[in-house]
Amino acid sequence: MDTALQNSPSTPSKATSASTSENKRRTWAKRWWLKPLVFVLALVPFASMVYSLLTNQLGPNPIEVLTDETGEWALRFIVLGLVLTPLRGWLKKPWPVQLRRMIGLFAFFYAAVHFSIYFILDQQLDLVAILADVLERPYITAGSVAFLILLPLAITSNRAMVKRLGKKWQSLHRWVYIAACAAVVHYVWLAKGDRIEPFVYLAIVMVLLIVRLKRVIA
Amino acid sequence: MAKIDWSKLAGIRSSEITDPALFARRRQIMQASLAMGLTGSIAAPAMAKGAKAIPLKAKISESELSTDEETTSFETATTYNNFYELGTDKADPERNADKLKTSPWSVVVDGECDAPGNFTLEDILKPHAIEERIYRLRCVEAWSMVIPWNGFELGALLKRFKPNSKAKYVAFETINDPELPGMRRPVLDWPYVEGLRIDEAMNPLTFMAMGMYGNELPNQNGAPLRLVVPWKYGYKSIKSVVRISFTDKQPPTSWNKSAPNEYGFYSNVNPDVSHPRWSQAKERRLSGDTSGLAALFSPKIDTQFLNGYAELAAPLYADMDLKKHY
Repeated sequence: MDTALQNSPSTPSKATSASTSENKRRTWAKRWWLKPLVFVLALVPFASMVYSLLTNQLGPNPIEVLTDETGEWALRFIVLGLVLTPLRGWLKKPWPVQLRRMIGLFAFFYAAVHFSIYFILDQQLDLVAILADVLERPYITAGSVAFLILLPLAITSNRAMVKRLGKKWQSLHRWVYIAACAAVVHYVWLAKGDRIEPFVYLAIVMVLLIVRLKRVIA
Repeated sequence: MAKIDWSKLAGIRSSEITDPALFARRRQIMQASLAMGLTGSIAAPAMAKGAKAIPLKAKISESELSTDEETTSFETATTYNNFYELGTDKADPERNADKLKTSPWSVVVDGECDAPGNFTLEDILKPHAIEERIYRLRCVEAWSMVIPWNGFELGALLKRFKPNSKAKYVAFETINDPELPGMRRPVLDWPYVEGLRIDEAMNPLTFMAMGMYGNELPNQNGAPLRLVVPWKYGYKSIKSVVRISFTDKQPPTSWNKSAPNEYGFYSNVNPDVSHPRWSQAKERRLSGDTSGLAALFSPKIDTQFLNGYAELAAPLYADMDLKKHY
């Protein structure tokens, strides 16, 4: 039951490593279907975009639609990733945290597609225009910061890097909160007029941050 | 799995490939994925088919002020709109078009003029011969279209109300109906208002449209009567006009009230005046055959000073610093 809690670097394991891995094996045997299912579900938005594009269903300005959709999905996965840790505490079940790496990598995946669409299709690799955008337009600065933070987190997400970085891995990956804030600020600043959606994400991220801070302080 | 013919997919429009059976199946797929709550707004544009074309009965004359550039398709121009009263997504105005009631319609004319009044749409339109003006439309969001408008010069309309010597500006107001789906939230300070300096309003380029593509103006494009100011960003061309007021002071304008550092009163198309959100140096021309895959790789084109209308519009700003008066 408490496998994940014991594995979490923030709560030192009391059990022996042998029984931990035995528990872990048994938990996974029971939920063997969970990760493949989440993997497929997480790809549905991407598949839907590709399908809509190939069947000319994205309207007259598909670059705009794809940019908005991939950006929003990146943000949704970032938020989902942040929900998983407190969710484990509320449900007292280990599975939310076992999905954390995959959800985090999907956040990076959608962010990378979002960034590539901007870089290659929208700006057409015009480096001067891109640099001007990053420097002159605060919402693009914020978005670039978010992506540049997610990049090393994605690279160091595998087991080998967790082992190699030890304690440093935890503090490195806390940067995801900065990335989440930058991503939300990116959305708030780019929305035209008084739009409600970015502020919904802002509120969710703030609540998750407060929950996390309360736990750290307590 | 069937092999995908990329060149074919890139070249043909959705209207040409959608046979009823395929459409029904696509609907099922979309409904299924919507039920899963995973596709969000992605599936929505699929419903878009463009406005119903209702040909104008009036005789339409051509104009020398028209451009000979390739026009945007009617379908594109009626499915990709910014009309926030009908919703903030580009596909919303088409989807919610029937929520806008355009009959009966009247326009209040007031302020600094000798012949004010409350006019029915018929009163407004009656004396004017209808011409076609094929104009470039440049949105501040860095996309553009080429649209054949049908209507008459705004100046000819305004003269009928006999503006007096204090009429330095003209203010316009859009329909204010809290029932419209986009107006339930204060996205902007409703109603939408715009304004022009009187000499801008009297410029021969400035146009009042009651139709487009030889058809009645579709609701999503600002029926039954809208302004078209081709050298300014699209939001200056106010839709569904219900009030025209002559004023001695510069009237407030909606986007300027919303974000004064981004949207000025003049809002002239100017590639040299950068906007906090979008570089205005280039634009993506939405010409209608660029949907699907092909649209991903269509190059942007350079934006022209005053949207290419400098010859007639630049004299309006002879002594002005357009970087300051953006």
